[in-house]
Amino acid sequence: MDQKILEIDNLTVEFMTRNGSVTAVENVSFAVKKGETLGVIGESGSGKSVTSLALMRILDTNGKILSGELVYSGVDLKRASNAAMYDIRGREISMIFQNPRGSLNPVRKIGKQLEDVLCQHGLANKYNARKKAIDLLATVKIENPTARFNAYPHELSGGMCQRVVIAIALACQPRLLIADEPTTGLDVTTQKVILDLVKDLTTERGMSMILITHDLGLAANYCDRAIVMEQGKVVESGCIKNLFLNPNHPYTKKLIRATPNKSSQLNQLLPSESRSSCTSYLEGSHQSASFNHKRREPKNQRPLLYIDRLTKEFPIRNQIFRLPSLMSFGKRPKEVQQVFRAVDNLSMKINYGESVGLVGESGCGKSTTSAMIMRLVDSTEGWIEFDGTDIGSVPAKHFARSPIRSKLQMVFQDPTDCLNPRFTARQSISDPIIVLGSLNSKRSLDKRVDHLADLVGLPKKLLERFPHQLSGGQKARVGIARAIALDPKLLILDEPTAALDVSVQAVVLNLLQELKCELDMSYLFISHDLNVVRLLCDRVMVMQSGRILEEGETGKVMVEPAQSYTRDLINAIPHPPELVPQ
Amino acid sequence: MMYPQSRVGTVVRRLGQALPVLFGVILATFVLTRALPGDPAAFFAGPAADEKSIAEIRKALGLDRPLPEQFLVYLRDLSRGELGTSISTGQPVSEELIRRLPASLELTFLALLISMIIAVPLGILAAINPGKLIDHICRILTTAGVSLPTFFTGLGLVFIFYYILGWAPAPLGRLDFAYLPPPHVTGFYLIDGAFAAEWDTVYAALSQLMLPCVTLALFTLAPIARMTRASMIQVLSSDFIRTARAAGLTNYTVLIKYAFRNALLPLVTTLGMVFSFTLGANVLVEKVFAWPGIGSYAVEALVVADYAAVQGFVLSMAIIFLILNLIIDILYTFIDPRIELGN
Repeated sequence: MDQKILEIDNLTVEFMTRNGSVTAVENVSFAVKKGETLGVIGESGSGKSVTSLALMRILDTNGKILSGELVYSGVDLKRASNAAMYDIRGREISMIFQNPRGSLNPVRKIGKQLEDVLCQHGLANKYNARKKAIDLLATVKIENPTARFNAYPHELSGGMCQRVVIAIALACQPRLLIADEPTTGLDVTTQKVILDLVKDLTTERGMSMILITHDLGLAANYCDRAIVMEQGKVVESGCIKNLFLNPNHPYTKKLIRATPNKSSQLNQLLPSESRSSCTSYLEGSHQSASFNHKRREPKNQRPLLYIDRLTKEFPIRNQIFRLPSLMSFGKRPKEVQQVFRAVDNLSMKINYGESVGLVGESGCGKSTTSAMIMRLVDSTEGWIEFDGTDIGSVPAKHFARSPIRSKLQMVFQDPTDCLNPRFTARQSISDPIIVLGSLNSKRSLDKRVDHLADLVGLPKKLLERFPHQLSGGQKARVGIARAIALDPKLLILDEPTAALDVSVQAVVLNLLQELKCELDMSYLFISHDLNVVRLLCDRVMVMQSGRILEEGETGKVMVEPAQSYTRDLINAIPHPPELVPQ
Repeated sequence: MMYPQSRVGTVVRRLGQALPVLFGVILATFVLTRALPGDPAAFFAGPAADEKSIAEIRKALGLDRPLPEQFLVYLRDLSRGELGTSISTGQPVSEELIRRLPASLELTFLALLISMIIAVPLGILAAINPGKLIDHICRILTTAGVSLPTFFTGLGLVFIFYYILGWAPAPLGRLDFAYLPPPHVTGFYLIDGAFAAEWDTVYAALSQLMLPCVTLALFTLAPIARMTRASMIQVLSSDFIRTARAAGLTNYTVLIKYAFRNALLPLVTTLGMVFSFTLGANVLVEKVFAWPGIGSYAVEALVVADYAAVQGFVLSMAIIFLILNLIIDILYTFIDPRIELGN
């Protein structure tokens, strides 16, 4: 059992870039035993993926293994011939990646992609490949595999695509599986199903696995041992339990602290030294929130946002009925208008100074809801009232010019994609002020942007930088500064931390909490991560298939959910072991 | 989901949508040709004519009538399938176009074929070896291809291969004087010759075609090679290529079955554009090689304000472009299952 299947010794990988060489991985050593699951934990840029690509010898052309030994079952991977590597990849060691849909060839039927791998490694010929591919699809629990054989990746959900990727990875019965962030970007429930599937299949076949992840909860639930990587180096390794209960390295401690668990508080996520500045806000937060609430109540009987029976339907156009009108001559029956209800009779309200979480899996209609509140899409039916004004009846295309528009702002999921790559941070932040604000002079505009940068904790010297010159956390700050530039009353946060590392997420969540108190805003926080929602929101709504399934105080919903769906969602979250308070 | 009916239906609808476009083209060319300086009646009458005879000719040609009326007459002729008569050659425009169009098409098709055979592999090789020797060769070749004007490369090739080496036949049209054109079927000499099994004629036509084709191919090489390289580089960096490599697929499978198939889409778009501008703009090549194509026909007609010929040329080009775009859109749906026609 203690037989080592893979040994990496002092691996160093360098990338040649325009600005000289960059060491991505430095003196990394670890071993994987037969049948065990090793976690490789680290944040983006820690070199965890590069390590795996190096051992498969599929680094980009500018990457190079500088030194070190890579031995897989007695085979020297560093010196093996290219031909030998083709046999090892997929046959002996295989990989699963993040972004499952992108991992599949978009113009080839998924069954054919499975056949390619089977035939490549001589496990099938053209007569039995189809059958074997269908069997494999059944193994990864894809329903109706015969029909799915002919599907293209874009016709499948993300979770389905990941099953296909797993089927490809396991097609040739490899002995080592490398799963590189296999469930990032998938819903928590899908994540659980996928990882349970991988775990079952690998255990069944006695395979070893390397699970690369930034999520300590995942590592805790699925790994036997783990190594923690920071900036290309292994900083700590050991049995997963020890790692959590007695972390030695400060980085490990920081990561563990930043990962929200069932009982952690928002301010506990940050290292103690940087905590002081915001604890004052946080301690006062509940008071001030309730204070604001009371102060406002006599003046505003109505909530800040009031939504009544909001419905959005999208037509499903059927190809068969879309023959040209030229040919139909009115004889053809009227197109059967099928509709898909993305949002179904949804009612909700958000009070002044309140944070409300909207939780649900992808496709449940939460983004459509936020788009309707922002008046980016017209609703089919229903009433939206914001700050005492009916905005639901304003057509979406005119709302951009409405004076209320500045009081409603949004922070988006991907901090990179939501910024104009040709705008400096200053331009991005001042853009909404120029369009909707009343500051005319250049000087007052600059002053305002400087103030906003202060508010979100963005160093002023970074204001002249372009998005690609900023880190993920800094870009998130720019996105937030832009959203609060016009003193909005309601901020819609659409998974604002989903693309961020846990330690950055901790900082951004704290920043959002601070800003909320300071600027007296309400939040609608859209997320699939209940743990994060719990930290930031007073109230939570659970959404499924366009409806609100359950609603209540966050603490209550989390502890005793009324609906089984909510319970499933909560149970699917991989919790790290409870942290002993320090 | 894609149903064959919808594909047929969309083709019909797209052709229907093209009608207003065609009308716009007809109207614009009609107005533009008349806005140009130059009097066809004066040209037709010849240098010795006086005011009176010019006026008579103008009347005979119907050019004395008001423009809207002339336009209606033109539309009526078009609806009967008549493109009018060229005043400079005295031949019906449709006949001339039908005779000359295959010459231009044959030249363009073959040139593009040569161009693709060279440019696509070159672009792929450059994409897998960025910064290496083959990438630089690709860059030099494509830069040279676009920088050198076609009449210059054409003349250069004639000078070397006809005048100095004597390998190529005289650059005087589609066939040497010693040969008769093959019986007319498609108008493409290579194809008609093959139908008639006149292999000598096919060979002769091919040797006439070679130099102008290479000239055009050099020019069209650049966009095709550059686009192949760019889209291959982009596709090769995508996640599914990494997955394919990690699954142990060989280089050939990864490059051709996985990467190239995905890189085809922008390539087909480029090809369509290149084809369009080559067909319209190869007039210089036609001039250098005395090629009886439509490009040179149109320019000659334009110089003498030969309304019917210019209008006929523009209209036929517009129809070709519309059909070409439709074909490209249909090709998209075969290349990429995510694309549906008519959206």
